[in-house]
Amino acid sequence: MLELINVSYKTPEGKLIIDNINLKVSERFVAITGPNGSGKSTLAKLIAGIIPASEGKILFNGEDITNMSITERAQKGIGFAFQQPVRFKGLTVLDLISIAAGKRLSQTAACEYLSEVGLCAKEYVNREINSSLSGGELKRIEIAMVNARSTPLTIFDEPEAGIDLWSFNSLIKVFENMYERNKGSIMIISHQERILNIADKIVMLKGGKVDAIGSKDELLPTLLGKGSVSAACYKQGGAE
Amino acid sequence: MDAIQRQLLEQVADLHGVPSGAYSIRVNGRLDSKASSENITIVQKTDKPGIDIYIAPGTKNESVHIPVVLSQAGIKELVYNDFHIGADCDVVIVAGCGIHNGGDEDSDHSGIHRFVLDKNARVKYVEKHYGDGNGNGKRIMNPTTECELGEGAYMEMETAQIKGVDSTSRTTKAKLDKGATLIVREKLMTHGDQVAETYFEVDMDGEDCSAHLVSRSVAKDRSKQVFTSVMNGNARCNGRSECDAIIMDEASVGAVPQVFANHIDASMVHEAAIGKLAGDQLIKLMTLGLTEQEAEEQIINGFLK
Repeated sequence: MLELINVSYKTPEGKLIIDNINLKVSERFVAITGPNGSGKSTLAKLIAGIIPASEGKILFNGEDITNMSITERAQKGIGFAFQQPVRFKGLTVLDLISIAAGKRLSQTAACEYLSEVGLCAKEYVNREINSSLSGGELKRIEIAMVNARSTPLTIFDEPEAGIDLWSFNSLIKVFENMYERNKGSIMIISHQERILNIADKIVMLKGGKVDAIGSKDELLPTLLGKGSVSAACYKQGGAE
Repeated sequence: MDAIQRQLLEQVADLHGVPSGAYSIRVNGRLDSKASSENITIVQKTDKPGIDIYIAPGTKNESVHIPVVLSQAGIKELVYNDFHIGADCDVVIVAGCGIHNGGDEDSDHSGIHRFVLDKNARVKYVEKHYGDGNGNGKRIMNPTTECELGEGAYMEMETAQIKGVDSTSRTTKAKLDKGATLIVREKLMTHGDQVAETYFEVDMDGEDCSAHLVSRSVAKDRSKQVFTSVMNGNARCNGRSECDAIIMDEASVGAVPQVFANHIDASMVHEAAIGKLAGDQLIKLMTLGLTEQEAEEQIINGFLK
C-alpha cells in the first residue's frame, strides 16, 4: 500500500506544485484526475522518485521511501508508465521488455506482452525503440513494459493519450488482466470518463491539492455535471 | 601463436584457431600462416609488405579472414592488402587488428586495403580494432580503405573500434559506378586520452548509385573524436551520411559533414547529432529497476550494437 503524508513539492524556482497532499492507495484501480496544471503528473513523478518531495513522507508497504532513489523504489515494486514514452537508438522492444521483466525473455514470452497490447508481436519484437515507431506504438510498448514488470503498484500517466486506433475497451482489458495477474494496485492518471468509470477510487486534484476524493458513484456525476473548465476535459471516449 | 595472440585473434576476428577457407594471419610484423581455397587465391606481395587476394568470378558464400595481431611492443608496420573481386561474387571478408602492448614503445599498425569490385559483385567487409596491455607504449592503428565499385556492385562495410586503441586515423575512399551501392556502418568508442579521426570521401559517379554512411560513436573521459565526410554526387544518385555521437565526461566530438550535389538529380542528405546521454532514457531504465550505471551501460551497448 502507498501512503502520502503531507507531501508537497516546490520547483527549484519556488513555485508550489503539490500542496500538502495526504493520500492512501490500496484499492485495485485508483484514478487521479483534475484540470491541466493541477499537479497530476508531478504527483506520479514524486511517487516514482523522479522528483524529490520538498516536504512530507511517502510510505510504501509501511516503509519510508521518501529518500529512496528511482531505482530503489522500482526494485521495491513501483512501476511507472510514462506519459511520453522514451525512444532508444539501438535498444529493441525485446531488450526493453526483458529489462522490465528482470530477465532475458524468449521471443515467445515477450510476444505475449505485446499481443496483450494489440501489437502483432512478430513485427515488433526485434524493432528498435526509435523514431521509426509511431507515438501510439510506443505508448503500447510502454504499457507492455510495465505489464512485464508485474509490480505491486503500477502508475500510468495518461495511458490513453496517443493510443490512436486501439480501443479504450482494450486498454481497460489490459488493466483488468494486469490486476488479475499481479493483484497489485493500479493508479491511473486520466481525463477519460471510461477510465474513471472503472476506478474504485477517484482522486480529484486542483491547484496541487486534493479537491475531492471518493468512489466513482460519488464523484463522477459531479465531475461530469459541473460545467466547469475541468468538466470539459472529461471526454466520452475516443482518443485525444 | 601464444595465448595473448590467440586472445587478440578472437577479439578481432571471432576466431578460435585457423579458420576454414582462405585466410592470411599476420603476427608481429610477418606472415604467420596463409591458405588459399579453390576460388580464392592469396599471394604474398614481393615488392612491399602485404598480400593480393584474388576472388574468382562467381564465387559465392565463401569467406576470407585476414587478421593482424601485434603482441610485441615497438612494432611499426605499413601493410598493403589488395582485393580483386570478380564479377557476380558474393563473399565475406573479415579483417581486423589487435594490439597488445605491454612495453614502453609504441606499436603501430597501418593497413592500406584496396578493393576492386567487378560488375555485380557483392562483398561484406568486417573490420574490428582492439587493443589491450598495461605498457606505456601507445597502441596506434591507421587504416585506409579504398574501394572501386563497378557497375551494380554492392559493398557493406562494418567497422568497429570499441576498446584500447590510443590513436586512430581512419580514411575510407570510394568510387561508385552505375547502380553500385556502398553501405558503411562505423562504431567507435574512445576513452581515456584516446584520439580518433574518421574521414570518408565518396565519389558517386555512376547513374543510380547510392551510398549510406552511418557512424555511431561514444566518447568517454577526455577522449577526442572528429568525423569528416565528403560525399560528391556527380550523377543521378542517393547519398546519405549520418553521424550520431554520445559525449560523456570531458570528451569532445566534432562532425564535419560535406555533401556536394554536382548533378541536378543528385540527392544528398547529412544528419549529425552529438550530445550527452539523454536524461529521460536513464530515468526510464531506472524506473525499470536498473541502477544509473547499469542504465548507462545498456544505453551505450544498445547504441553501439
